[in-house]
Amino acid sequence: MRDKVMYALAAIAGVLLVRNLYETFLSLPDEALQGAIYRIIFFHVPAAWTFMLGALVAMVASVIVLIRKSFAADALAASVTEIALVFGAVNLATGMVWARIIWGIWWAWDARLTSMLISWLMYGGYLMLRQAIDEPTQRARMSAVLSILTFPGVMITWKAIEWWRTQHPGPVLSIRGANDKMDPAMQSVLYWNFLAVLLFAVVLTLIRMRQEETRRELDGLRREAHAI
Amino acid sequence: MDSRNFLYMFYGFAVAWVAVIIYVVTLVARERKLRDEMRRLRQMIETGERA
Repeated sequence: MRDKVMYALAAIAGVLLVRNLYETFLSLPDEALQGAIYRIIFFHVPAAWTFMLGALVAMVASVIVLIRKSFAADALAASVTEIALVFGAVNLATGMVWARIIWGIWWAWDARLTSMLISWLMYGGYLMLRQAIDEPTQRARMSAVLSILTFPGVMITWKAIEWWRTQHPGPVLSIRGANDKMDPAMQSVLYWNFLAVLLFAVVLTLIRMRQEETRRELDGLRREAHAI
Repeated sequence: MDSRNFLYMFYGFAVAWVAVIIYVVTLVARERKLRDEMRRLRQMIETGERA
C-alpha cells in the first residue's frame, strides 16, 4: 500500500514539475529589471518552504518522541530532517547564484542569509549527533531535544525579512501581505512548484523512513546473530 | 528570454538539480546496502540455527 502511494505521489510530482518547467521557461516573460535570472525564485522559494516545513514536522515529531518515546516518530524526525537539509542546501545554493548577478556578491552576512545558514548547520549537527550515539533510546531522546531547540532558528529565518530590512529582498508574495507584490501569474507558478517540490520531498521522506525501519530490524537481527 | 543572465540562471537550476540527484543516488545506494546486510544476516542466522 505504501509503495503504491509513493509511486502515485512521485508520478503527480513528476507531471507537476514538467508542467511548471514549461511555465517557467516558455510561458512566463522575463522580469523587467532582473531579466532571466529571476526564474531561480521558482525553485529557491519552494526549496526554502520545504526546508521550513520539514523542520516544523521534525520539531512536532521530536515532541512526540519525548512524550511517548515513539521510535516511529524518531524515524520520521530523522528522515524529514535529512530531506529538509537537501532542500535547504538547494535554497542556499540557488540564492548565492542569484545574488552573484543581482547584488554582485555571492554572499552577504545579512539577517535572512545568516539565520538560514545557522539553522542549516544546526540540522546538519542533528544528523551528526545521531551518528555519534549508538544506543537507540538515548539517540532518540538527545536528537529530539536538539531538534526542538533548533526550530526557533527556523522561525527567526522566516520572520527575518520583516524584522530586519537588510540585504535580502522583503516579502513579495500576497500571502505575506507584501506591498510590492509579485505578478499573480508568477505567484501561481511559484505555488504550483512548491506543491511539486513538496510532493517530491514527501516521497523521499517515505523512502527514508522505510530505511530507518529496516535499520531497526537489522539491529534486532544483529543481536540475534550475536546470541547464536 | 533575456540572454544576459541566462548562463547564471542555468547554473542556478543546474546546482539545484545536481544536489537533488546526488541525494537520490546516495539514498538508492543506502537502500541497496541495507538489503544486502539484511540478506547476509538472515543467512547467517539460518546457518547458525541449523548448526
